[in-house]
Amino acid sequence: MALLQISEPGMSTAPHQHRLAVGIDLGTTNSLVATVRSGLSVVLDDEAGHSLLPSVVRYHADGRTDVGYGALSAQNDDPHNTIVSVKRFMGRGIADIDDIASLPYRFVDAPGMVQLKTAAGVKSPVEVSAEILKVLRQRAEAAMGGELVGAVITVPAYFDDAQRQATKDAAQMAGLNVLRLLNEPTAAAIAYGLDNASEGIYAVYDLGGGTFDISILKLSRGVFEVLSTNGDSALGGDDFDQRVFCWMLEQGRFAPLSAGDTRLLLTKARDAKEALTEHTEVRVTAVLSTGEMMDATLTQADFNAMTASLVSKTLAPTRKALRDAGLAVGEVKGVVMVGGSTRMPCVRQAVADLFKQTPLTNLDPDKVVALGAAMQADVLAGNRAGDDWLLLDVIPLSLGLETMGGLTEKVIPRNTTIPTARAQDFTTFKDGQTAMSVHVMQGERELAADCRSLARFELRGIPPMVAGAARIRVTFQVDADGLLSVSAREQSTGVEASVQVKPSYGLGDEDITRMLKDAFTHAKDDMFARALNEQIVDAQGLIAATRAALAEDGALLDAEEAAAVEASIAALETLIGGTDHQAIKRGVEALNAATTEFAQRRMDQNVRRALAGQKLETFG
Amino acid sequence: MDFTRTHFELFGLPTAYALDRDKLDTAYRELQNAVHPDRFAAQPEAEQRVAMQWATQVNEAYQTLKHPVNRGVYLLSLQGIDALHAGNTHMAPAFLMQQMEWREAIDEARTGKRVDALDALSDDLRAAHRRIEAQLADLLDRAHDYTAATEAVRQLRFMDKLIAEVGDVYEELEG
Repeated sequence: MALLQISEPGMSTAPHQHRLAVGIDLGTTNSLVATVRSGLSVVLDDEAGHSLLPSVVRYHADGRTDVGYGALSAQNDDPHNTIVSVKRFMGRGIADIDDIASLPYRFVDAPGMVQLKTAAGVKSPVEVSAEILKVLRQRAEAAMGGELVGAVITVPAYFDDAQRQATKDAAQMAGLNVLRLLNEPTAAAIAYGLDNASEGIYAVYDLGGGTFDISILKLSRGVFEVLSTNGDSALGGDDFDQRVFCWMLEQGRFAPLSAGDTRLLLTKARDAKEALTEHTEVRVTAVLSTGEMMDATLTQADFNAMTASLVSKTLAPTRKALRDAGLAVGEVKGVVMVGGSTRMPCVRQAVADLFKQTPLTNLDPDKVVALGAAMQADVLAGNRAGDDWLLLDVIPLSLGLETMGGLTEKVIPRNTTIPTARAQDFTTFKDGQTAMSVHVMQGERELAADCRSLARFELRGIPPMVAGAARIRVTFQVDADGLLSVSAREQSTGVEASVQVKPSYGLGDEDITRMLKDAFTHAKDDMFARALNEQIVDAQGLIAATRAALAEDGALLDAEEAAAVEASIAALETLIGGTDHQAIKRGVEALNAATTEFAQRRMDQNVRRALAGQKLETFG
Repeated sequence: MDFTRTHFELFGLPTAYALDRDKLDTAYRELQNAVHPDRFAAQPEAEQRVAMQWATQVNEAYQTLKHPVNRGVYLLSLQGIDALHAGNTHMAPAFLMQQMEWREAIDEARTGKRVDALDALSDDLRAAHRRIEAQLADLLDRAHDYTAATEAVRQLRFMDKLIAEVGDVYEELEG
């Protein structure tokens, strides 16, 4: 492992030190990790030279796990314990998974998010995803020779809050510092947009293994502005495999299948689908464990016919995204194709017909998301100066509250640029009502029952008043990752309640801590040494950044204020010398608190400069 | 954070309904470049939090000024008028008649599954929208007739609803 660079006290580390950061495409079928080296974004390979890591995890009874190709090859022999396409279960309940009957897993119903029974115990999709991320983290640290300061992890634009939060939790379990959750189409646009230096309106059509996203973006002078997004978080290449699988069942007239044979036929179905991108027909053969056999020919025309309804399912959201952006087809300058499923000729043809132009396919559709994510990670880690770009993304689904009669009241409409905050006032409907239940929803439908429930919390202690007299202000804040927090406050008394919209699927901080411990039982890492190390690195970074800020803008503080900040720095430096990571953490919090006012003044100054039309220097 | 600035002052624009959209977009991009949380991802938490507050405020101001109805409502609120107050219900009979005709046209296009009729209707609605915007600019910026302006803002809101309904019908016919 390379040594961390530690600066001399009083010297800024920021401009010269290259901070190791990666972009991770955590895909349904395959995952990748990429980084920027000498200004170029590159995908990192494993020792065997593979860039793709199959998103497959196999659990053994002794707690060992196989991830990637090793697990993939075992999926037919050990289907219950070999989890494929886990991304489809992230932040999802049993009722959300419509093809559950044809999947070989032993599902366990759990509040909010489904779980899977394996030889190594019950696993949450978050834990399974964390196994994949851990392998990618190790691959990156080995290739780059050091610890990562952070990662940008991509999610489908159409992921809702529960799915995003689950992804972030998985990264945390894998020991990754998430610099940003980035929407996959936006990542692809970065990879394309900067290579081609294009200005104008672009559509990004992203059909992956399990999700479909369409985003409409405006590129102008270094700003990527997402105008609208739409999609289907349960539609992807897996569904095309399913169609071929059903065709195989018709051809073979098999007796009810074992889990292993189901897996086998699904693998054959995928192979046939992939073969049809290059050939006009493919021979499909299979021998089941029962001795039953099939041997048939699938033509591209038959394949197109059996999947036509899937392709057209992508076109309705595409038209809707255009309408939401207030654009006609003719105004779109280019269409970027992302995701392995866009290799299918029928998909390319449908997109070309809709947009009346040949879509862009010059970057590898499997890698483009990871490449763009790495470029954004490089920006966020502060490695670029001056020539970087800005992303303005939107929330994909409206956020609201359940009101009387099971209806929803939208508080933040879909396609609102983030970060954003919106407040809405509500009142009591009964005389003397002292508590109010706040039910946070996500979705476009009128009825609360048709939307996704994100969280419920109660505001208690409202003083008894006549119905309609209380003024309860509910505030929604969505951060730059698209994650929501909600607070409620009774205006006249100041009674307050708030919730980080997190435990909707029953994964509280305690669960995560437990899972972290479980995970580390089987790893060589010493959790406490790692926690201490991370705290020290955090604290050093904070001290360096604060010193740099003081050197630059110390004039914004008077002598007394500056002395208070210096005192907090000195206190934290003393703590770094010790081994109590909790104390260091508290020291970091104290220094953060001591610099809040300073940060406000620095930002005011930035804004004044921006308004004065001055070209701003980089911060940091 | 100084929240006493109006949205117009924040972007360095004159306080008026007539808007130089290019200037607004440029000022928005420059401000977001200065305050967006992505600019502070490697910075201490205190700076990240302030950045989120500022970026939120800049987004809110931009959405308000960009949107024709919201900009009108906001300008009237600076005059102490709540344009969307439930008590404000007056609407010229001629406008209401026109509304009903448009609604019928939408229904006809739906039942007849006529996408071409919908296209034509869309064009009409957008043209009417632009006409009301021009009136509103005159009422607010020149005549300072806030009563008439309040009605015009509410008419614009009606138009937005109609345009959204047309979108729903498109979806129905395409789906």
